[in-house]
Amino acid sequence: MIGLTNITKAYGETKALQAVNLAFGAGKTTALIGPSGFGKSTLLRVIIGLIRPDSGSVTFKEREVAPQDWLSLRQKMGYVIQEGGLFPHLRASDNVTLMARYLSWDRERITQRLYDLAALTRLSPQILDRFPAELSGGQRQRVSLMRALMLDPDVLLLDEPLGALDPLTRVDLQSDLRQIFRQLRKTVVLVTHNLGEAAFFGDLVVLLRDGLVVQSGTLDELIQTPVDPFVTHFINAQRSPLDRHAPSRPGQAGGKNKNQHRPGRATVIIH
Amino acid sequence: MVFILLVPLGLGPFSFPARASLSEVTVGSKKFTESVILGELVAGLVRHGGYPARHRKELGGTRVLWNALLRGEIDVYPEYTGTLAEEIFARKGLRDEAEIRRILARQGLAMTAALGFNNNYALGMRRETCRKLDLHRISDLLKHPGLNFGFSNEFLARSDGWPGLRARYGLPQTNVFGLEHELAYRGVATGAIDATDLYTTDAEIAYHDLCVLEDDQRYFPVYAAVLIYRQDLEKRAPGVVAALAGLGGTIKAGDMIRMNERAKVEKVPEGDVAADFLKERLSLKTASPVETVAAQVWQRTREHLSLVTLALLAAIIMAVPLGIAAERLPRLGQFILGGAGVIQTIPSLALLVFMIPFLGIGGLPAVVALFLYGLLPIIRNTYTGLRDIPPPVRESAAALGLPPGARLRLVELPLAAPAILAGIKTSAVITVGTATLGAIIGAGGYGQPILTGIRLDDLGLILQGAVPSAVLALLVQGAFELLERVIVPQGLRLKHVI
Repeated sequence: MIGLTNITKAYGETKALQAVNLAFGAGKTTALIGPSGFGKSTLLRVIIGLIRPDSGSVTFKEREVAPQDWLSLRQKMGYVIQEGGLFPHLRASDNVTLMARYLSWDRERITQRLYDLAALTRLSPQILDRFPAELSGGQRQRVSLMRALMLDPDVLLLDEPLGALDPLTRVDLQSDLRQIFRQLRKTVVLVTHNLGEAAFFGDLVVLLRDGLVVQSGTLDELIQTPVDPFVTHFINAQRSPLDRHAPSRPGQAGGKNKNQHRPGRATVIIH
Repeated sequence: MVFILLVPLGLGPFSFPARASLSEVTVGSKKFTESVILGELVAGLVRHGGYPARHRKELGGTRVLWNALLRGEIDVYPEYTGTLAEEIFARKGLRDEAEIRRILARQGLAMTAALGFNNNYALGMRRETCRKLDLHRISDLLKHPGLNFGFSNEFLARSDGWPGLRARYGLPQTNVFGLEHELAYRGVATGAIDATDLYTTDAEIAYHDLCVLEDDQRYFPVYAAVLIYRQDLEKRAPGVVAALAGLGGTIKAGDMIRMNERAKVEKVPEGDVAADFLKERLSLKTASPVETVAAQVWQRTREHLSLVTLALLAAIIMAVPLGIAAERLPRLGQFILGGAGVIQTIPSLALLVFMIPFLGIGGLPAVVALFLYGLLPIIRNTYTGLRDIPPPVRESAAALGLPPGARLRLVELPLAAPAILAGIKTSAVITVGTATLGAIIGAGGYGQPILTGIRLDDLGLILQGAVPSAVLALLVQGAFELLERVIVPQGLRLKHVI
C-alpha cells in the first residue's frame, strides 16, 4: 500500500531519518517503535505529506506521490495524534464531519456515517454534542479516531494515540482499537515507544534508532534473531516490572540473559 | 493604496463634500476667536448678498487654511499681512503690499484692502511683575535672564516669532516653552509663566490687566488684517468680492478688541457678535443660523460616528489580511508589523496635518489618519492569534486534506477570532478618542466643541465634546463585548480549552 524509498530528513545537525526503506502492506498493522525523538513521528508525517523529506520518495498503491497529490491523498489517510488534535471551536460531531461537509456530502450520508462510527468506537451519541474541552482524554481519542475514519480511508496513521491516557482508559481503548483494526482491515501504521503496545497491535514491528531502521519483522523475530545488540537491549528495557516479579512465569525473574520469553499479551499495559 | 480603498467604500452616506454647490461660498477661519468672528462677518456678508455660506471654523493654523484655500476647499479666510510676508512667503523677502498682491495673483488668489486694524505681536506680562521689575520695553528683559516664557506653539516656531525676536534683542532667557495661546493667558494671569506673546487686539489684555512691553527695536512686522480669497470667487458668486471689499477700513482696533471681548469674556456667540457689527456699522441685517444644543450634539455625533465607522471598517478590511500575511510570510511580516508600528509612533496631531497636502481638509484626511492609527492593534492581534494556534491543531487540519484557504477559514480564523476581535475593540476605542482631534482639520465631531471650549475657556463646551466622546467609547466597548458572544465560537469560551 505504502512504500518509502531512501527517505532522508535532517533538522539542522540532527538526522531524523537516514535513508529509510520500508513497505507497509495492505490490511497490515505496523508498529513503529523506538526511543523517543528518533524519527518515528517524522516518518509518519512524511507518509501523510506534512513533512517533505530532503530526499527519497513515497509511493502509494505503487505510484510515486507528486507534491500536488498530497491534498487529495490525505483524504485516503486518517491521522490521529497523541492529544487528539481536535478543533476546540467545533463540537465533537463537527470535528468528525468537517471534511465531509467541506466535500459537500449530503446531510443524510454524513449523519449515517457519524452514527456508524460512534457505534464502532463505542462513543455515546450524546457526547458528540460536546466541545473538546468538555471531553475526557479517552473520549477525545475516540472522537479523533472517528474523524480519521470519516472518509473511510485506506490507511490509518496513529501517532502515540494512547500516550496521554491514564492506564485504565488506556486498556479499554487499546482493546477497542485492536477490535476496530481487525474489523476494518485498514493499513495501519502506529507510532509508539511502548513495546507492549507494539506487540499488541502490530503484525509487524519496526524498530528505529537515530533515524535508521534497526530491524523490522514480527516481535518474535526481533526477540529471537536480533540483528543488533540494541534490539535486545531495547526489548529488555521494556519488560514490565510485573513480568519480572510474576512467580507464575519461570525464567522471568532473572530474565536479562536469555530473552526467549515472548511478552504475554495480558501484560502489555503498564509502562 | 489607502485612498483607492476608501473610494469604493462609498464615502456616499458619510460624505464630507468640500463644497455643496457651485454657488455656495465656503469661509475658513483659524482656531482663535478673532479669526472666527471675522469668518462670521464674511459669512454674514455672503448670505446678505444672496448666496449660501458655509463657515468652516477653527481649522488649525495658517498652513491648514492656506493649503485649503489653494486647493479650493475654502474660498476666503481672514489673514494678516505680516503672516503672509513673514510666514507664507517667508523666503521671498517681500517688502510691500504690492509685492504680496502680485505673488498672490500668480497663485490665483487676491487680497482685499486692509480691514482697518492691526493685530501685531507683542509680549505681555502681569502688571504687578512689570512694576516690580520696572519693565516697560522688550529691551528691559535683558536684565532678567531668569524669567520664564510660555509662547504659543506657532510663535515659538515661526521665523518671525521667538527665534527672530531673541536674535534681534539678544534675549538671554532659556526657560522657554510652547503651549496653547488661550492657555498662555491663564498661565500669565496665575503667575505660572512670566511672559507670553500677545496679539494686540486680544480681549484678555484688558481682562487680565496685563502690561504690554514696547517693541522698542521695531522687530515685529505690521499685521494688518485682510481677507484673502480665490480669484474664481467673483465668477462663481458675482458681487461677493465687492461686498468683501466694502469691509475694508471699517473695523478699527477698538472695534476688534470690543468684539473679541464680547465673544471671549461675555460669551456672546461669534455669529451674534458679527451680526451686531454688520447691523450697527454697515446697516446690514443678517441672521446667523441658530442651532439648538441638542441639534448640535446630534450633528457632532453623526460626524464623529462617520469618522470612526469609516476609519474602523477600512482598518479591519486592510489589517486582517495584513495580519494573516504577516503570519504566513515571516519576512514580509516583519516589514508589515514594523511599518504599522512606525505609523503608531507618529503623533496623531502631526499625522492629521501631514494628510492635508494630499487630501486637503475635512473628513477624508481625518478618516485616513484614523484608519492608519487603527491598523496596528488589529494586525498585531490577527498575527498573534494565528501564531498561537497549537501546532497539533494546525497539523490536524492539514492532515484532513483541507486546502490552505479552507484551513484558514474553517479552523484558523475561528480559533484566532477572540484575539482578532480584541484587537478591533482596542482599535475602535482608540479611534473614538483620537477622532476628537479631527476637528482641527475641519472634520467636525466631538472635537469641535472641545476646540471651541478651549478657545473660549468654556468648561461647559469642553464637556459637550468630552462627555459624549467618553460615553461613545464605553458604548463601543460594550457593543464589542456583546459581539464577542456572537462571534467567538462557543467552544472557545469554555474554561478548559486544550
